[in-house]
Amino acid sequence: MKDGWARRSVERVKAFFHKGALDRELDAEMASHVEFATEDNLRRGMSPEEARRRAMAEFGGVQQARERQRAARGLPFLDVLGQDARFTLRALRRDLGFTIVALVMLGLGIGANVAVFSVVNTILLRPLPLEYSKDLVWIAPPPQKCGFSCATYSADAYDEFKAQSRSYEDVTGYMAFSSPDNLRLTGHGDPVPATGIEVMPNFFQTLGVQPRLGRLFTAQDGRHGAHPAVLLENAYWKRQFAGDPAIVGKEIDLNGSPATVVGVLPASFDFGAVFSPGERVDLLSAEILDDERDWGNIVTMIGRLKPGVTLPQAQADANRVVPHLCWSEKYPHSCGSYIGKEGGMQLRTLKDYVSGRMRRSLELLWAAVGLILLIVCVNLSNLLLARSASRGKEFAMRSALGAPRSRIVRQLLTESLILSAGGAVLGLGVAFLVTYYLTRAGSIALPLLSSVGLDRAALGWTLLVTVATALLFGLMPGLKMASGSLQETLKDSGAGAGKGLRHGKMRAALVISEVALACVLVVGAGLLLRSFLKVLDVDLGFAPDHAASIMMEFDDNAPTAEAGVAKLEQAFIPAIARVSALPGVEAVGIVDYLPLGQNRAWGAPAPQGKTFAPGALPSPLVYVCSPGYFRAMGMHVHGRDFRWDDNLKSQEVVLINASAARTYWPGEDAVGKVLVSGNEQMHVIGVVDDVHASSVENERSWQIYYSTLQKAPNNAELVVRSKVPPATLAGSVLRTLRELNPNQPAAAFQPISTIVERAVSPRRFFVMLVGIFAALGLTLAALGIYGVIAYGVTQQTQEIGLRIALGASRGQVQRSVLARTLGLVGAGLAVGTLASLAVGRLIASLLFGTQPTDVATYAAMAALLIAVALVAGYLPAWRASRINPMVALRTN
Amino acid sequence: MGDAKLDLLQGTLDLMVLQTLASMGAQHGYGIARRIEQVSGNEVLLNQGTIYASLVRLQQRGWIAAEWGTSDHNRKAKFYSITKRGRKQLAEDAAYWQRLSMVMGKVLEQGHGE
Repeated sequence: MKDGWARRSVERVKAFFHKGALDRELDAEMASHVEFATEDNLRRGMSPEEARRRAMAEFGGVQQARERQRAARGLPFLDVLGQDARFTLRALRRDLGFTIVALVMLGLGIGANVAVFSVVNTILLRPLPLEYSKDLVWIAPPPQKCGFSCATYSADAYDEFKAQSRSYEDVTGYMAFSSPDNLRLTGHGDPVPATGIEVMPNFFQTLGVQPRLGRLFTAQDGRHGAHPAVLLENAYWKRQFAGDPAIVGKEIDLNGSPATVVGVLPASFDFGAVFSPGERVDLLSAEILDDERDWGNIVTMIGRLKPGVTLPQAQADANRVVPHLCWSEKYPHSCGSYIGKEGGMQLRTLKDYVSGRMRRSLELLWAAVGLILLIVCVNLSNLLLARSASRGKEFAMRSALGAPRSRIVRQLLTESLILSAGGAVLGLGVAFLVTYYLTRAGSIALPLLSSVGLDRAALGWTLLVTVATALLFGLMPGLKMASGSLQETLKDSGAGAGKGLRHGKMRAALVISEVALACVLVVGAGLLLRSFLKVLDVDLGFAPDHAASIMMEFDDNAPTAEAGVAKLEQAFIPAIARVSALPGVEAVGIVDYLPLGQNRAWGAPAPQGKTFAPGALPSPLVYVCSPGYFRAMGMHVHGRDFRWDDNLKSQEVVLINASAARTYWPGEDAVGKVLVSGNEQMHVIGVVDDVHASSVENERSWQIYYSTLQKAPNNAELVVRSKVPPATLAGSVLRTLRELNPNQPAAAFQPISTIVERAVSPRRFFVMLVGIFAALGLTLAALGIYGVIAYGVTQQTQEIGLRIALGASRGQVQRSVLARTLGLVGAGLAVGTLASLAVGRLIASLLFGTQPTDVATYAAMAALLIAVALVAGYLPAWRASRINPMVALRTN
Repeated sequence: MGDAKLDLLQGTLDLMVLQTLASMGAQHGYGIARRIEQVSGNEVLLNQGTIYASLVRLQQRGWIAAEWGTSDHNRKAKFYSITKRGRKQLAEDAAYWQRLSMVMGKVLEQGHGE
């Protein structure tokens, strides 16, 4: 009888929505049925009463007939669900305390899960917001110690690679050496700083980004002598140009020369979010490669694979091409120099380059919120068990009145689903707040963070988590309830009966697992926290406190090197002198790249008179700085600082850092020695502390410092060390610079500590989140302990009363309750410690200066757990000791 | 309870209703129930009320149609009649049942034979 099935389904749905009318019609029909029957019976000679009675008897139960007809015509499943839901809402309203506690726990648990999922999804799971995301490859040498210069390629190498490789649709790249606020936008009052990056003209076409307005760059924009063309980032266009819809084609004034706005990028693409997390990029300009032939390694490379080409194939292709690459075509000896010690090139997907570093940490976060949710489930199971003990009678009664077991289990599951759905609504609120905060916390150096949000995937995840949670915490009490025998429940009149004890054991097991889960969380958080403290404790080689820097505008364009130096002297010497004279200022100096930011290397100088194996000498990171810089940064100098007479007329002098000194002249004093590079001789006048150049956590690198008057600086970061808080100086420093140079833009006077903070922000972010989750887990575990102990005390009221009556002191009673608490916690801790040891090994790569088996952390966390547990157990213990034996024995 | 009466197999009531309507023309619920009782020689265990679940099922499938009308005695009642598709379905189901009962009969006969 399959035929008519579809038609019937439609009819059923219709019937579901017209219950009233259909019921009335059925009632009328049944009434006429009985009338017909009665008339028939009358005709057969029965008395009117008998006729009607027989008619009714033959008809059978009217209510049953009605129910059967309804079930046949409508959607009985939904009817039952509706009933269950109504019943649940009534029950939950009655037990408001339980409902609120459960909703808050679920809200936090689900909210944390959804928020973390949104982050994980955005950074790890989703493709990059680029059309060709899956085909994009980051092409770079293997990681080396010499910073960005060893992670980039020269213009000639780029051209050669592009020409010789067969794996790519196209190869593009961007200029890796741009500093924040490197541009000055004028024409709207005071000059304002802006951050610009130069990209290859084919950059956006290769990545797959369409402009929101105007056009992308063309090859023409990258020709020598082309009129400068810029594309605006969406956010910058809105902020700086008020979203001017007619911006395309307009000229803007950048660093004193006009540039044409050719287009606006879409909101979905944010260069900073993808390539330089935590820093904002305002506009992009077309790189004119021919002007940069002699600049050394400056560009990154990104390739888009041809369809069907795999990463290993591209890697093989790259291995073939690398030996032919020249640093510069002009110097034949530079050909093949890209095969370093570590060997050539290392290809990885762009996605991996952008978010690979975050993988472990994010997985850890994901696991942590999973644990939280588990603890929430265990806790709720526990609460429901406690509740079901008191509701057992209600269910037994319903069962006795004919409700099948399945119906009761369904009722319980409906309850947990409704609770969990309520929690999900709260949780979405929580997640919304968290993601809203994250998208606006621009200083967290995590990629793509600005595009985190509650999208469809997050909503799907919410649904999944909600249902899984409901099943997890609802199933156990449900099964328990269904398996219990009816008579036993009705008989089980109170404390002491078998069922109560069984419940007690199960609840104890739940608490133990809860403590174990919390232990894992707390130990994990403890290990990360200790690592974070170690990171904060790292000797950076400079003193970030009481110092701040501002990007200074200067012009050293000149026909000859001497004229350029003269212009630098005119710009720098008075600036440093005037700012030094400001009240509260202790030291002032200029450097072109600050630590923990950009850096570069200029080849490998050799100590004079020594021979090293080729390739054994490092390429030190290069910094060009003025006199006073070391003092302003709080770096210790052994030997002497630069002087203003270290210029083109005097011998070339450098300072090197301690690591470089040890490498060049092990066991000797480097001061007074000479470094040779080509036919240059550089006299070492001092040795400074090792500075963490690119990250707080990385190993040390070799560093070399040149004088601003001997090597042209790329930028001028004016660093000011002061006795007063740097913020109070911001106005006067900027004013002073403006007086000297009206072109000085209103760049931020940025405390050096913010640079450090940005560098440690990912770790801080993870520690903070894991810490919050651990605190949440601990609180939930405490709640669980409290619940079980308090329940136990209530159950044992009589026994305790008896013991007090027999002479037990209040102290003894308290101790016995606390002993039970400690027993539970001890068992939980034992399991939790074992689990933590396993987890510790998994997160070992995320730790810094901390062993995954760090005894101090374990001890501290165990002490914390025990302390929290004792607090949770003390209240019921105190209550137990207050039991009045007379009252306890009299009741029941 | 009369042990002698037959419990109805799933779906058999629907078939009986269809057959009844096919042979008697339009009928109200009571008429159909009575007719089934009479034809079966009161062998079928039937609470007359259960007929309404069967009727709504058949109606939703489009095998019977229903209409309110007036009976011989001027009483309002809902009259059911079999549709074209209902007749087709009846033919199929009747053939199926006849085959089934024949096979069942044979199988059970053989059991007696030994």
